[in-house]
Amino acid sequence: MAWFKRSKENISTNEPKKDLSDGNWFKCPDCSEMIHKKTIESNFYVCTHCGHHFRIGSEEYFKLLLDENSFKETDKKIRAVDPLDFEDTKPYKKRIEDTINKTDLYDAIRTGTAKINTIDVVIGCMDFAFIGGSMGSVVGEKISRAIDKAIKTKYPLILISSSGGARMMEGAISLMQLAKTSSKLAKLNNEKIPYISILTNPTTGGSTASFSMLGDLNIAEPKALIAFAGPRVVKQATGKDLPPGFQKSEFLLEHGFIDLIVNRKDMKDKLTQILKLLQN
Amino acid sequence: MAVQNYLEIEKPIITLENKIKEMRKMSDQLDISHEISKLEERINELRKEIFSNLTPWQIVQLARHPERPYSLDYIYLMTENFVELHGDRHFGDDKAIVGGFANLDGRTVMFIGQQKGRDTKSNIYRNFGMPNPEGYRKALRLMKLAEKFNKPVITLVDTPGAFPGIEAEERGQAEAIAKNLYEMSSLQVPIIVAIIGEGASGGALGIGVGDKILMLKYCWYSVISPESCSSILWRSWDFKEQAAESLKLTAKDMLDLKIIDRIVEEPEGGAHRDHEEAAKLLKKALIEELDSVSKIKKDKFLDNRIKKFGEMGFFKD
Repeated sequence: MAWFKRSKENISTNEPKKDLSDGNWFKCPDCSEMIHKKTIESNFYVCTHCGHHFRIGSEEYFKLLLDENSFKETDKKIRAVDPLDFEDTKPYKKRIEDTINKTDLYDAIRTGTAKINTIDVVIGCMDFAFIGGSMGSVVGEKISRAIDKAIKTKYPLILISSSGGARMMEGAISLMQLAKTSSKLAKLNNEKIPYISILTNPTTGGSTASFSMLGDLNIAEPKALIAFAGPRVVKQATGKDLPPGFQKSEFLLEHGFIDLIVNRKDMKDKLTQILKLLQN
Repeated sequence: MAVQNYLEIEKPIITLENKIKEMRKMSDQLDISHEISKLEERINELRKEIFSNLTPWQIVQLARHPERPYSLDYIYLMTENFVELHGDRHFGDDKAIVGGFANLDGRTVMFIGQQKGRDTKSNIYRNFGMPNPEGYRKALRLMKLAEKFNKPVITLVDTPGAFPGIEAEERGQAEAIAKNLYEMSSLQVPIIVAIIGEGASGGALGIGVGDKILMLKYCWYSVISPESCSSILWRSWDFKEQAAESLKLTAKDMLDLKIIDRIVEEPEGGAHRDHEEAAKLLKKALIEELDSVSKIKKDKFLDNRIKKFGEMGFFKD
């Protein structure tokens, strides 16, 4: 008798073979399903098989959240400088330049005003593609100005985080952006203007330890990594095995740090519902 | 003070000092006072020479000197009637953050500081000065207490970072720090911050928002430790000295970048060589800054505080 019995259920011959030749297929990192670009796009960049939320940039997020043509970008061209003359394996100046050319973005966040189902909002969305969504002076300044705008217009503020934390190449100046954004949010709070923080995969380090965790409402996408110290650092520091689901959205909800978890496809409707409740 | 722990850079000084000690023992039999005073002069010159050419990495090491005065040392040396208060009223009492009311030069002040241990046992007790969320929440509770009774707050920053533990994450390390930044920016009483050792990232800033930020001469303040920076950006621990250089983390750098308001001098050879003198110098600076902020009307200093942090950053518009 053979030691291993072949499971017949797993072998399917009826399914038509997928043509993967056109280069538009993505492999889901969670369930390994191959999905066509068009299918993902029409499904809000969510895996049709397991519901994994693919990482997307501000462009895609704005498209699925905001009313058509309603986004008016502000402070688009604020650019990073190199206050420390920082150089690791590459000079910071060069890194910025290369990233701008590669991503077509000016820094790790885009901000502006827009409408969500006709409701006016001030909105910002981070781009992980820009040096890991790191927060340096530009991110701090743009968030700070977005808060000023919200105070001036009395529109609710929505910030979508996707960030590895503070930008090391700006040293303590990056660190000060935590204080800068948090103190501005305290000012917004005094004006009783709602601030909704949306946390996507990943939101860690300096962003989590400042504006991302300070929402009147904290909303997370499913299974997003949300942490102060990332899992690798925690494992290294403690030498312990991490509990299942550690630092994922569901874990944070369970521990009381997230108000709700919302699927990307429901995000616009859920925001509309909340904004209307706060308006009335 | 007997020096037991010393750094590589201090070695030539310590060697000469030990020599003097030996000579003193012999001086009963021989008159060598002249030689001794010559040697003392040489030590002073050597110390000046070494300490005027410190590299950033050497400063990091001085900031971590195991005999450096810690928060409680400063509090006891600078104040009278210190009453230590405990607990965050939600979860527990974090030993890595201490705090309480004390009398500083005739006025009641709330002191809050990160606390390291001096030996293995006390370091484990203090979690090596790495606070958990309940530490930040305890700090906030004490600040609110100070606000209620209209007493100024002085915080002493000295941490290798907020603790990156499993339970710390479960209890919301990020939220605890974020909340402190938010609340400290609008606390209705003056806050003076002094970095007295290590100022590592969010863990330091979690008690580091205030009207005036002071920094002792041989301290470091940055977004990440040189070691971690090296391991992330160079993918190796070997570039820590270069990382310390690149991060611009010394008190002088911080003053140039307008992240701090004032450098506080340390005794010759560093605060660890003379705790009393270090405390005296810090006390003087704290009183001066406290006086200057206390003179300003409340609305104004609160405005200034948010503006101060709002102006931090370098970019091209």
